[in-house]
Amino acid sequence: MVDASSDFPAGPEGTPRPTAPALSVHDLTKVFDSRGTTVTALDAVSLVVPRSEIHGIVGRSGAGKSTLIRCLTGLEQPTSGQVVVAGEDITTLRGADLRAARRRFGVVYQHANLLDSRTAADNIALPLEIAGWDKAERDARVTELLELVGLTDRAGNHPGQLSGGQQQRVGIARALAARPEILLCDEPTSALDAATTGQILALLKELRDRLGITVVVITHEPSVVREVCDAVTLLGDGAVLEQGRLGEVIADPTTRLHRELIPLVEPAPDGLARLQVALGHPDSPVGSIDGIISLLRHEGIEADVAAATVETVAGRRVGRLLVELADAALVDRARDVLDHARLHPEVAA
Amino acid sequence: MRFETDPTWLDNPVIREGLPTALWETLAMTLGSAAITAALGIVVGVLLHQSAPGGIAPQPTLHRVLGAVVNVGRSLPFLILMIAIIPITRFIAGTTVGWRAMIVPLTVGAVPFFARLVETSLREVSAGKVEAATMMGATRWEVTRKVLLPEALPGIVAGLTTTVIALIGYSAMAGAVGGGGLGATAMSYGYNRFQTDVMIAAVVLLVVVVQVVQVAGDRLARAVDHR
Repeated sequence: MVDASSDFPAGPEGTPRPTAPALSVHDLTKVFDSRGTTVTALDAVSLVVPRSEIHGIVGRSGAGKSTLIRCLTGLEQPTSGQVVVAGEDITTLRGADLRAARRRFGVVYQHANLLDSRTAADNIALPLEIAGWDKAERDARVTELLELVGLTDRAGNHPGQLSGGQQQRVGIARALAARPEILLCDEPTSALDAATTGQILALLKELRDRLGITVVVITHEPSVVREVCDAVTLLGDGAVLEQGRLGEVIADPTTRLHRELIPLVEPAPDGLARLQVALGHPDSPVGSIDGIISLLRHEGIEADVAAATVETVAGRRVGRLLVELADAALVDRARDVLDHARLHPEVAA
Repeated sequence: MRFETDPTWLDNPVIREGLPTALWETLAMTLGSAAITAALGIVVGVLLHQSAPGGIAPQPTLHRVLGAVVNVGRSLPFLILMIAIIPITRFIAGTTVGWRAMIVPLTVGAVPFFARLVETSLREVSAGKVEAATMMGATRWEVTRKVLLPEALPGIVAGLTTTVIALIGYSAMAGAVGGGGLGATAMSYGYNRFQTDVMIAAVVLLVVVVQVVQVAGDRLARAVDHR
């Protein structure tokens, strides 16, 4: 039995990691031309993912996420730009070279895309058959992977006999089978319920920690980014709108990612004076909801919290909240106080 | 002509001795042509599917030519096809009578029909499965052999069942033009010599054969379907 952590050259306790990033994308542009009208699906997208990191790519439908994943894996030929994996530009490869380069990626799909004609074990073995492993090697690897994703007792089941979460575990094991360097997850939890989503995300994180594999997660779910990502890229209309370490972008109330990742359920406007406040700025002296209320009270302003979303992301308490003032005439003064404390107040409608 | 005193039912030598032979000939020409049709139809179906626009190896010209040939084959009534290809039958089988010779027109008639059914089954395999295999670095051949055909197998088996039943119908027609089998017996004794008992017995046997094929085909399709 091979120790799973020895699978990857860049394992956490292995040899010193090479400094080159696992994946780097330079000015990737894809223009679709259909009957005279051109559509720019990707507009000079650049991206660097260091080894053993989990990078989230978020954006609404039509932001270019699907085109990006197809260009990353050479299924689609970009108009210009480079996709460099292990020092090799994927966009220049064809035929057998491209097929070999694709094995550097393991892909996890939204709907698992398992073969109904094969058992769980045989699905996991498929990439190994294609990569030309012999039977004994395949069997040993499949046993190891079933154990890794906790499905040893389901080896002989067909996908139809497995739950959605179990199917996705098989999908992840299959993606890992041929020892890829990068795990590419395309909306991996979008078809799953909340509890199963949590389990799958925990598994992805565990795999990164144990195997040192690099993970790229494409998603429209803010919770996925909050829970597993180290860094995040926001795509909009095919271009990179924001990009950075998760802890930094999420704590900065001026970013769109701050709002996307910390959703706040706001009450219907009813004439009460409310201020929206952002918690988590590194320079703010106030780090909790209690702190905000006592800060205001200290200035003689009575206030209450009407709604709040607070999370601990990347070791930092971040959140958005709505503060309701007892006296509407004090709105301007309350805003000054909060602004001074770097809580980024905005008068809510 | 038929007389009141002629033996009927099991006393009728046509039913006692002729029908078993005819049944055997029907089964032999049906199964013989079905086996060849299965092999050729899968090849043609795969080619149709792969060469289609948006397929895994789009070849518009090949697709159009193949599609046209298949459509011509399917639009000809079997009786006319059978007569039209008599020279080909003679070239391949050396004769144009008997159940062995009939395997040629039966196969020619059934391959286009079955190939279309195979193509339809292949088209129903989700693009995501093909993409997953492509991303594993699979070649076109590997995608076909490891993904498309196994995933489409339940549909292909159901299509083959339909094809075999159509072949039983064609074989009766072939029998009428010198091919032997139940069709020939029903035609020459049941119809031309007014032996109603022979006609009924032949029809019953055909119904039983079709039922057996359908039930067996359904079972097999269910056994290979893991969805």
